[in-house]
Amino acid sequence: MWNVAFAEIRKLRRPTLFFGTMGAVVFFSALFSSLLFLLIDSPQGNSDRGRMVGREVLGLATGGVQGFSSVGGFLGIIALCVFAAQTAQEYTYGTLRNLLVRQPGRLRILLGKFIAMKLFALVMIVLSAVVSIGASVILAPGAKVTTDLWFGSDGRHAIFTTFINVVISVIGFGTIGMVLGLLLRSPISAISLGVLWLLIVENLLIAVKNSWEQWLPGAQLTAIASGGSATGRSAGIDYSHALLVGGIYVAVGAAIASFLFVRRDVAN
Amino acid sequence: MSTTAISVTDLSKKYGDQVAVSHATFEVPLGTICGFVGPNGSGKTTTMRMLLGLISPTGGTGEILGESIKHPEKYLPRVGAMIEGPAFYPALSGKENLNVLATLGGFSTDRVQGLLEQVGLGDRGKSKFKTYSLGMKQRLGIAAALLPNPKLLMLDEPTNGLDPEGIQEVRALLRSLANEGTSVFVSSHLLSELELISDYLVMLRKGEVVFTGKMTDLMLAQQPVIIAKSINESELIKLLAIAEQAGHHGVIRDGAVHVQGPADWAVEFNRAAFDAGITLSQLTPQLPNLEETFFEMTGDK
Repeated sequence: MWNVAFAEIRKLRRPTLFFGTMGAVVFFSALFSSLLFLLIDSPQGNSDRGRMVGREVLGLATGGVQGFSSVGGFLGIIALCVFAAQTAQEYTYGTLRNLLVRQPGRLRILLGKFIAMKLFALVMIVLSAVVSIGASVILAPGAKVTTDLWFGSDGRHAIFTTFINVVISVIGFGTIGMVLGLLLRSPISAISLGVLWLLIVENLLIAVKNSWEQWLPGAQLTAIASGGSATGRSAGIDYSHALLVGGIYVAVGAAIASFLFVRRDVAN
Repeated sequence: MSTTAISVTDLSKKYGDQVAVSHATFEVPLGTICGFVGPNGSGKTTTMRMLLGLISPTGGTGEILGESIKHPEKYLPRVGAMIEGPAFYPALSGKENLNVLATLGGFSTDRVQGLLEQVGLGDRGKSKFKTYSLGMKQRLGIAAALLPNPKLLMLDEPTNGLDPEGIQEVRALLRSLANEGTSVFVSSHLLSELELISDYLVMLRKGEVVFTGKMTDLMLAQQPVIIAKSINESELIKLLAIAEQAGHHGVIRDGAVHVQGPADWAVEFNRAAFDAGITLSQLTPQLPNLEETFFEMTGDK
């Protein structure tokens, strides 16, 4: 399993993929956090969906991670794409047969790939946290936001819990990406379906009936990233509910995909 | 200890109603080069996939290096394989692709450069796989198959896309590996290719094994063909009649009479033609090649 993980890391560290993904993470993390402070007085709002996050909220102990928690869902989408592509490309390139000849334990292959991709996601999240919090610290004085509480005991706790929540959420999104990659066996199909569902279909369904928000996978994982707090689409989702329902989606999806991966003939 | 590299009994694979491989039974002795021949679609790749644990048989049993094919994890660390052509990550270099596979299999990456040189890619190892020609990709596939220092090498159409020089190099490489004790199971639809290197042969047609055994046994069992040409092509029918009167089956093909019969009958054939007033411009006793033998055995063409 560890051999598979190390082999996967060799693929994940290739410059185009690694620096391309990390570049996107840096850009969007800086953007989400910057907008919070640069548009603080804008009547159109300074957060996602025109929400207003005022100076009094940003001045709280959790203020320093507002940007980071907002970008959590976006990091999830990136993880979904990376996990889906890395999994499905083994089918489209025909490289899965090479992997299976060298490592016939199919579950080991899945677990090894999963570990490597989790590490990749972790690097993404750490980078995002550094950039988001760093941008917040730099821009807070200009926006007349006090940062006194950000790095106190409560502030450090907020950074830690937000980090953990974003990790859970991103790994959840990534696992869904991996499941889609295994089921659809094509990076384009897996990414398209995943992104389309999360960004468009779920929003349409929620617009049709608001209570469906409680049961849709993307909504649960986004809610986990923001700690179930009243942000964005996850306004009405309790954290523990999101953790339970999101966890069930991820676990069932992973179980079905693993079963099929282990049993299915590799004939391409 | 097993004396066979591969041993299968009644191995079958069905996809719905379609039979891909039907009750294949054969053995490949250790240390030989075994040609696995058959036309496209005859079930060669499907059989290889079953032997490598990529697909499950719908019937039958098999052993590789003494281990059941139900447990590929027991023998695959000693098996090198290239199946269905070379498949690698296009954005990685040839060397990095091999490093990925070496890491995966728990082999030392120190071997990689040496293997690249062995297959003639020593100076192109750092180029991305997507820039390789078909022949270079094929060479990289062979290098990947050699990574585990295999006891059994299974190659599916390894000379596809190679130029004549490359084909010769692959032949020499396989022969030297066999001389060092590696068993080689190599498939091809190009029968002439395998005729040159195989010690042993498994012939497949429409999913069924039609011959398995030593190459020499197969070829020696074949009747030689006597090819006769007359100065006057209109006399070929007369020549054919002479052969058939003497009890030998023949056909007219490519402007000559091809008669099955022992080589020493050629003298009598020549005399009979002379007595009939036919002057021959060519009279050649010839053993059929593998391709002709295959068609003869399968009744094709």
